[in-house]
Amino acid sequence: MANPMKVRAVVDGDAVQVKALMSHVMETGRRTNDKGETIPAHFIQQVTVTHNGRVVLSAQWGTSVSANPFLSFRFRGGTKGETVKVTWVDSKGDSRTDEATIT
Amino acid sequence: MQRRDFLRQGGGAGAMAALVAAGWWPAMAGAAEWNRVAFEAKKFEDVLKALGGADAKASGDVVLVAPEIAENGAVVPLQISSRSPATDMLAVLVEKNPNMLAAVFEVPDGTVADFQTRVKMAQTSNVFVLARSGGRYLYAVKEIKVTLGGCGG
Repeated sequence: MANPMKVRAVVDGDAVQVKALMSHVMETGRRTNDKGETIPAHFIQQVTVTHNGRVVLSAQWGTSVSANPFLSFRFRGGTKGETVKVTWVDSKGDSRTDEATIT
Repeated sequence: MQRRDFLRQGGGAGAMAALVAAGWWPAMAGAAEWNRVAFEAKKFEDVLKALGGADAKASGDVVLVAPEIAENGAVVPLQISSRSPATDMLAVLVEKNPNMLAAVFEVPDGTVADFQTRVKMAQTSNVFVLARSGGRYLYAVKEIKVTLGGCGG
């Protein structure tokens, strides 16, 4: 089971600022361990952010995104008390969804 | 074609449609399928093509904010944005990484084409921000110097 991510959603002028810090190894598949064996690739491929069921961001990532990925962006149309959901799916099919209340 | 065969095939298609409608079929589960061709491309032109573009123009409307020198290539903070109205996609490419394409952001109406994230850089390299606006592809490029590579083993 993947570790939870930290999600914050804060009203910023006419938009809502979303910040997400995910917990993921983001292995490239190019590194080797102490025994010289290749560590298999394992990285987040898709990120989806929804607000009231509406997709406000969908992203695809490759192996170049840093470990424990950080993402920040803004969308319009959200107000305090509503919920923002962030979901990621990785290259092994694992996924994780966390949410935050807009403040 | 025999009626029996036709029915069998028709039934198959119907079952598939039902799966899609129910959201069981992965392609319909909200996100498009991961663009393997784009993420495995080694050249800017090939990534551009895999993202649906033919040619891209340098544009001052596309902005990359990043450090001149990244001390740690494992974590290079980037801010990518496009001032071009109707921008519906932004992507980041690190030229000298084994696979150039780092991330693609689809930008729906109402979402600001302005993202912050962190990428790995194997070595000093040009970093491209590619934007799609009204079907046109625009880019900005900046060299980021790396003193300690982020993809070593």
